[in-house]
Amino acid sequence: MIVASDIDRRDFLGLVGGGIVILFGLNPSAPSTAAERPGYPSDFHAYLAIGANGRVTVFSGKIEMGQGVTTSLAQMAAEELGVDLASIDMVLGDTDKCPWDMGTFGSMSTRFFGPALRAAAAKARAVVTTLAAAKLGVPADRLSIENGMASVAGEPTRRVSFAELSDGVRIAEMVTQAAVLRSTADFTVMGRSPKRLDGIEKVTGSAKYAADIRLPGMFYARLLRPPLHGAVLTQADTSAAEKLPGVLVIKRDDLVAVLHADPEAAASARAQIHADWRQPEATLNQDTIFEHLLAHAGAPTQVAAKGNLATASAAKPFETVFQKGYVAHAPIEPHAAVADVRSDGATVWASTQTPFPTRDGIAAALGFDPKLVRVITPFVGGGFGGKSAGGQAVEAARLSQICGKPVQVERTRAEEFFYDTFDPAAVVKISSALDQDGRISRWDYQVFAAGERGATTFYDIPNLRILSAGGMSYGDAPPVKDLHPFAVGPWRAPGANMNVFATESQIDIMAAAAGVDPVAFRLKHLGDIRMRGVLQAAADAFGWRPAAGPSGRGHGIALSSDAGSFVATMAEVKVDKASGKVTVVRMVCAQDMGIIVNPEGARMQIEGGLTMGLGYALTEEVRFQGGEVLDQNFDSYHLPRFSAVPRIEVVLVRNNELAPQGCGEPAITTAGAVIANAVFDATGARMLRLPMTPKRVAAAIAMADR
Amino acid sequence: MKSIVQFNLNGRPVSLDTDDDRMLLWVLRTDLALTGTKYGCGEGICGACTVVVNGEARRSCLTPLKQVAGAELLTIEGLARDGHLHPLQQAFIDHGAFQCGYCTSAMLLDAYVLLRDDPRPSRDKIISHMDRNLCRCGAHQRIVDAIEHVSGKPGDPR
Repeated sequence: MIVASDIDRRDFLGLVGGGIVILFGLNPSAPSTAAERPGYPSDFHAYLAIGANGRVTVFSGKIEMGQGVTTSLAQMAAEELGVDLASIDMVLGDTDKCPWDMGTFGSMSTRFFGPALRAAAAKARAVVTTLAAAKLGVPADRLSIENGMASVAGEPTRRVSFAELSDGVRIAEMVTQAAVLRSTADFTVMGRSPKRLDGIEKVTGSAKYAADIRLPGMFYARLLRPPLHGAVLTQADTSAAEKLPGVLVIKRDDLVAVLHADPEAAASARAQIHADWRQPEATLNQDTIFEHLLAHAGAPTQVAAKGNLATASAAKPFETVFQKGYVAHAPIEPHAAVADVRSDGATVWASTQTPFPTRDGIAAALGFDPKLVRVITPFVGGGFGGKSAGGQAVEAARLSQICGKPVQVERTRAEEFFYDTFDPAAVVKISSALDQDGRISRWDYQVFAAGERGATTFYDIPNLRILSAGGMSYGDAPPVKDLHPFAVGPWRAPGANMNVFATESQIDIMAAAAGVDPVAFRLKHLGDIRMRGVLQAAADAFGWRPAAGPSGRGHGIALSSDAGSFVATMAEVKVDKASGKVTVVRMVCAQDMGIIVNPEGARMQIEGGLTMGLGYALTEEVRFQGGEVLDQNFDSYHLPRFSAVPRIEVVLVRNNELAPQGCGEPAITTAGAVIANAVFDATGARMLRLPMTPKRVAAAIAMADR
Repeated sequence: MKSIVQFNLNGRPVSLDTDDDRMLLWVLRTDLALTGTKYGCGEGICGACTVVVNGEARRSCLTPLKQVAGAELLTIEGLARDGHLHPLQQAFIDHGAFQCGYCTSAMLLDAYVLLRDDPRPSRDKIISHMDRNLCRCGAHQRIVDAIEHVSGKPGDPR
């Protein structure tokens, strides 16, 4: 057995205790410098332990925000290790117990963490097999491992449990090479749909979220907030608030807060603060933003290029500009945190997708060594990328440090809208053409502000260029400072929703102009066998009957390749031509995501993504005046409600040749385009801006009818 | 106004000596440490704070404590009885009718009220009744499926 040698790891294993421990690394989540992971070993990002009681615990910095990884990751571990799902415990997002991890986003938990976890579990199985062979005095190849038990083949009474094998041993191994994973044909835990492991807690109200943490003597904080982004506090008069009973007012630089043992009393005292702000001039709004983005997005970078645009046939040219507004994450759980800061360390419960970066931010704000800060992530009530960022944990920690008591900061809904890192408004310009034979001959694509995810095309086009300006991809900071009047950030499949809307609309425009059925037109330009497979599967399930658009039936199609998965979505809509109101009647989505870990879990993610996508497609757009966010609650910012959700049918396309791919994000990327294309098919009106509000649809219909 | 407010909470008598203008949501979550009832919007738009008062679904973020004096109050913590899940709770698990779980307490209680008043609602009626509750994860059709599954089933007259 290899015993860990470096000092960090030995310290770490001291904390873990005895039993069988398998450490594993995870390249895509690896931090770029050692400084980002103080106190943690450099070569692994998660581990799996078999305790003396035979229970298996997986420790990971990933978090559960509804996407179901508590269950699907446990399934992977149980499958490869040969134990019941019920004997797996998941410890997620606790910075004291779990090794460093960048965070939970980008549909990466299954794609990248999954294989590493499976390899670790397979390694644990090998360790257990070796120990059992010695204990039972038989060669390892005579053993079978099942349900946490190693038994001699053909002699079921000669057996030893994982608990007996791990009791009293101290074994630590590192996964250093690719493991032999179980074949899909042998799966007994993966590929099935056990009930979610978080079910009982969530239906009984016992599931704890950050704002549910209660500590003795805890204060609820309400903070002074600027009226708009960019405003500078010039004066705050807190004297009236200070006179109220039980109120503690804290003023430190930019931090002005009212603390009280009752959250409502804190809020009403906060309302007694009279503040003056120096306010910047507000010019931009949700209608003028697009010109601003085009003017200030900066020099583009080339994402892809092929052939020669200058010499490509342009027999039938098409020039289109697409736009999309800012979209809020709007999880029903606002950002919240409870901090208990003492002189010798801090514990913070936070609603976050990034416990480790959050810990480091808290440590910096407190002047603490990160080793002294523990971030615990309870259940997260929806994230969608929006909880990758958030200052509420730092605010709670600063306030707790100042007042010496535990402090809760829970954002109000208005604060949640104000501080949200919106999905950026964006513009896409496409100049494309068909040649004499009706094939796409050129594709000149430029995206502004959305980023490059989803911008490259899977269609066979001989001459193309893809440019991206002013965008952030995969959570990077925007390259152009102050391009947006407020914060923007990753939003479920960042950038891809805009890019797929534009691309798939343009393809539809060309298919209609060529007088060709949009499915047939796509197939004519598709070589990728996985994409052809999902398109066919969706067409079969939908009952697609070929017709050139607009057919009047209101049928639409959109394709996407995202996070390693391929998606084809079809939709049927009804459009009230007078009011412009779009009703989505039905959606069918076929997805190829490689091996499917949990079919019901996958369906939930796809249905959930398409449902959420109805919002950015039809109703959701942040209204603003300069840095002032005008939408402050759900009365004016409209999430999809029950009555807006169509029947959604999901077809999981079998592909056991490929490791599991992303599932939480790919389907949502088709929502804008599939509805826009269906609206065109219903009315002949082409929607170029998201969301497709009734007013915009009615205007487009009036234009098309002229 | 400070006063003594008494009501039955999940079948047990409760007596509170406090300001009766406080909103029920915060009294539940702080004084009574019943955190299954959630804050979502504070203005009665999202439904996450729904509780059952005398058999009716109420937005606890907009319900002053004095309005529940003498009332029968049910929160999510009281839906399962004697260690047995309510059929709706089981159906939510069986149909995968939640993801993040944050709106789930309210969804269950509003569905409970619906079925108490009309044990066999049509699918359309379920949808229109539940329309006042927001879910961001997109579990809508599974929530409707779960409620539909329980509707018309014998048992649990609570």
